[in-house]
Amino acid sequence: MAQTSTDITSLQSSQATRQPRQRQMSDLRIMQLFILPTVILLILMNIFPLIYSLYLSFTNYSVIADKAPEWIGIQNYTTILSDQRFWANFATTGRYALISVILQTLIGFGLALLLRNKFKGSGLVTTLILVPMMLSPIVVATFWKLMFNPSLGIFNYLLGYTDINTSPLWLGDPNLALWAIVIVDVWMWSPFVMLLCLAGLSAIPEYLYEAAAIDRASAWFQFRRITLPQVMPLLLIAVLFRTIEAFKQFDLVMGLTSGGPGDVTETVSIRLYKLAFQGQYDTGMSSALAYIILIIIIAVSNLYIRSLNKARGA
Amino acid sequence: MSNIRLENITKRFREVTALNDVTFTIKDGEFFVLLGPTGAGKTTTLRVIAGLEKQDSGHVYFDAELSDQIPPAERDVAFVFQQYSLYPNMSVYENLAFPLRSPLRQTPEAEIKTRIHHAAEKLRISHLLERKTGKLSGGEMQRVSIGRAIVREPRVFLMDEPLSNLDAKLRESLRVELKHIQKTQNSTTVFVTHDQIEALTMADRIAVLDEGHILQIGTPFDIYDRPATTAVAQLVGTPKINLLPTVRQNGSLVVQNSTVQINTPAGGVPEEVLLGVRPEDVKLTENGRFNGTVALIEPLGVETILHIQAGGQTLLSIVPGATTHRLNEAVRFDVSETHLHFFDAQGVRVQSG
Repeated sequence: MAQTSTDITSLQSSQATRQPRQRQMSDLRIMQLFILPTVILLILMNIFPLIYSLYLSFTNYSVIADKAPEWIGIQNYTTILSDQRFWANFATTGRYALISVILQTLIGFGLALLLRNKFKGSGLVTTLILVPMMLSPIVVATFWKLMFNPSLGIFNYLLGYTDINTSPLWLGDPNLALWAIVIVDVWMWSPFVMLLCLAGLSAIPEYLYEAAAIDRASAWFQFRRITLPQVMPLLLIAVLFRTIEAFKQFDLVMGLTSGGPGDVTETVSIRLYKLAFQGQYDTGMSSALAYIILIIIIAVSNLYIRSLNKARGA
Repeated sequence: MSNIRLENITKRFREVTALNDVTFTIKDGEFFVLLGPTGAGKTTTLRVIAGLEKQDSGHVYFDAELSDQIPPAERDVAFVFQQYSLYPNMSVYENLAFPLRSPLRQTPEAEIKTRIHHAAEKLRISHLLERKTGKLSGGEMQRVSIGRAIVREPRVFLMDEPLSNLDAKLRESLRVELKHIQKTQNSTTVFVTHDQIEALTMADRIAVLDEGHILQIGTPFDIYDRPATTAVAQLVGTPKINLLPTVRQNGSLVVQNSTVQINTPAGGVPEEVLLGVRPEDVKLTENGRFNGTVALIEPLGVETILHIQAGGQTLLSIVPGATTHRLNEAVRFDVSETHLHFFDAQGVRVQSG
């Protein structure tokens, strides 16, 4: 009896000593550990640069000059907003974004309507249409630069121009260069709009169309009152994404024209790049420009998100 | 309003035959119910009539006019879908107005308004007219969906289980309402349901379907009183009909493993028959011919279902009101010999007497 009782006490004491060694982390602790790397990365790569560049945007500073940032208040902003060339950059970007997004939306939605009904090989066709979207923009730009080439490119040939003296210089003509970039962007990103629209279309229940058929609705009515409102939320998301991307458009323009000829295709991001990393390396001014672009994108996004919520709420 | 005739309709979906050589006529002004279990082909029949589904063979006639090639819009039918099928992003009013505003109908707005308010009143959805359909409950959507059909004056109303998503109370009142609307407008209606009570209470005639075949067509009384097969007999009537295997002995039919035996009916029956007895025809009486024990009691208020163990068989009996019988009590009972049903080994009714 005494033997057993000592056994039990020794067992209890061994359990008691084992417990602190096998210390369990609380759920909160584990959560924090998992989140920590991301938070550190975010602070280092996003939040610190964001705040630091906000500070720099109010200074006269160049990263290559051996001089500390000099506080000059809102002078960078006033310079940008009163400079004709910056306004021209914004106009170019706006025109480019508008035309490009409208064309992508129309073509993407149209393709989605065509591919909506399954036919033999429709899966393959859909995949093939999606290929441009999967390529790297700089690769796309390089390909199209070759295709636009007036003497050896295939683009003019396909359009029917065979005489180099009369054929259009897509990338060299100030009237065409922006359109050339739009063409490439539309070629590359219409599939994205199509993909989202296809998802939206496939979610529309067939019985709505059956009810409309019974009710003698016209095809136009079915499109306007059933198809369009049902696809609208996804379509708006596609348009939102494409608009933001178009405002930030850099790689395609850089690869195709570098902002030329002259500065007719100089979008704000190209201008930003030139300002920040060429010539004077004007870090202060480029930070200010970057903030202006950020504010515009946030404003435009908010407009979209508001209409998105409206389309959903209805 | 019009007659509709289906002639030898067969419809296959890949390997599955949904409808197999279905033929029937729906008369002008008739409330016609398609009754059957899930997968019987009821909805397919309705969709073939509407033209939403094209039959593989056979013909559909509207008023003796061959209508196989006529698209749904021109058949002038109203369809109440099981999934409501209301137009999203539109108010209830707009949904109801929609079929009337079709360019093919050209109804003046004033009349549209009167008709909608009239229909909304009948269906008790007047307070919902300005709401968007996405914010309605299932029962409300179902009523709007019925409303969209009754604002029109189509040749035929096609209703696909329109009451299935409603709660019991609402279902009952709408059942009465629908029957009333149908009778006052004298509209031809084809109504699909798997609920035998709906079928019996509403129909002028019922077609019982199973696995793409029509088992029986007749008035509710015919279907209940002279079921053509055991399947029909079991589908219609609650509690279910008692089906008892019998053997013939000395001019009597003896229910296997039990004390129950009856005289062989006049006209004769095959060697092996299934005896069908409705629960209301199993009567508990002091000096009944057979004995058994009460195995289970299900009180329903207005009546009580008694499960009576008689040998190896259990018979259901229905008695009015509450019962004084206790569980395991020995009872004596009779079966009413004028209301017996006989089915052969294949389950087909044997005509007797």
